[in-house]
Amino acid sequence: MCGIVGLFLKDKSLEPQLGRLLSDMLVTMTDRGPDSAGIAIYRAARPGRARLTVQSADPARDFPGLAEALEAEVEVKDTHAVIEVPEAELDATRARLGDLRPTVRVMSAGTGIEIYKEVGLPRDVARRFDLASMSGTHGIGHTRMATESAVTTMGAHPFSTGPDQCLVHNGSLSNHNAVRRTLRRAGMTFETENDTEVAAAYLSHRMAEGAGLGEALEGTLSDLDGFFTFVVGTKDGFGVVRDPIACKPAVMAETDRYVAFGSEYRAMVGLPGIEGARVWEPEPATVYFWER
Amino acid sequence: MLHSPVADAAVRTFDLEKEGLRALNAALHALRPGTNETRWEVVNTKGSHAIAAGVDAPVTITVNGTTGYYCAGMNKQATIRVTGSAGPGVAENMMSGTVVVEGDASQYAGATGRGGLLVIKGNASSRCGISMKGISIVVHGSIGHMSAFMAQSGSLVVLGDAGEALGDSLYEARLFVRGKVKSLGADCVEKEVRPEHLELLEDLLRRGEADGKARPEEFRRYGSARKLYTFNIDNAGAY
Repeated sequence: MCGIVGLFLKDKSLEPQLGRLLSDMLVTMTDRGPDSAGIAIYRAARPGRARLTVQSADPARDFPGLAEALEAEVEVKDTHAVIEVPEAELDATRARLGDLRPTVRVMSAGTGIEIYKEVGLPRDVARRFDLASMSGTHGIGHTRMATESAVTTMGAHPFSTGPDQCLVHNGSLSNHNAVRRTLRRAGMTFETENDTEVAAAYLSHRMAEGAGLGEALEGTLSDLDGFFTFVVGTKDGFGVVRDPIACKPAVMAETDRYVAFGSEYRAMVGLPGIEGARVWEPEPATVYFWER
Repeated sequence: MLHSPVADAAVRTFDLEKEGLRALNAALHALRPGTNETRWEVVNTKGSHAIAAGVDAPVTITVNGTTGYYCAGMNKQATIRVTGSAGPGVAENMMSGTVVVEGDASQYAGATGRGGLLVIKGNASSRCGISMKGISIVVHGSIGHMSAFMAQSGSLVVLGDAGEALGDSLYEARLFVRGKVKSLGADCVEKEVRPEHLELLEDLLRRGEADGKARPEEFRRYGSARKLYTFNIDNAGAY
């Protein structure tokens, strides 16, 4: 099954409430995916700065002393930490982190994105990271009912395979092994055996080659086989695509203030002004995206 | 349609958020023949699942708002009106009675329905009327792909357009579409509209609250070519 929620704000005055709105949406989708939950939130970028969100199975061992060792600002949030450095030093910091703390896993990298994901009920995951207190411009959440790989932190969504990019998925892909091999030859690296990570890497690869978000999403329709409703985020954008059979549910709502996505309408009932929103189901094999 | 023994029975209003879905459905399932609790209103629906599923009593239920999965599923006798939109599987396996959705309906509306009337005033999504077995469905708007897939009997009337693969592997259901059909599924063909079909359409449009919107002569009829479901070795290539 799995549940997806997404919120792309048009009205800046809602930005302080993004985390609260999104975590309420996420918790509503608990019975679609009680195994694990995750959220990607795009926060205000600080000029010239970039951040890594990292995760550790043993934060008490891995996180102390990290700020000094990396000469970075480090904010620890439960099993995750956000490491902020000058933008030009992001790749070097990531490489140094790999040497210093080989068991620490990078969840996301970029100027705005932060990803938090863990095994457990969505309500508990949201509480651990205090998602409700986070502000931002747009975000995507996922509640997982695992099918294609084990219930682990790394198997939880969202997946991020490129700077400021993320993807969540409801469905299962049948040609992910073949696509993974092709992408590996093209230089992409993979952290898991998960099918969704392949979809994320496919989009990152297409965008690295110069495709826009819309064009990359269009490519999933011909190159990925299986069931999917994807919701993706980039630094400035938010996109949705469903496979041509479209048996995985999807509802969207748009007002002057936001664009929202939910696996079910009930995920969106707490949004301001939802009664007056334009509510529709995204068409099969049709790409939708919004960019700032 | 509505056999209310007490014409002005008081409306029993049920707050779904306060009282809960199980309490609602238990109360509806407890209704006995001849009950005078014939008018119900459900408020605070918020997209909940299985609202008024499995009702078997000649009562009228107004569901105020938008519903989640399987609203009015397996309905028998009741008249159920949803004022908002309905989630997947509205009126799935309906046996009799009437279900009206004022907004849109999600996937597989009226799936496997055995009888009764389902009216959708907006659009219906994919797989509308899949495997229908006697239900009548009237959609004021358009329907999505793979609608009436393996439909066995009953009637589907669409005032708007139909998506891809309408009536794929169709048995004996009758399909009427006023607008464009993107494509017909395997073994589904256009057929002539005869006087008995105009009569049927007139009745369904009237009961489907659509008689002011369309006339029977505006529809085309689609049905089974009967080459697929009766096995014939000459058609082996089509299986």
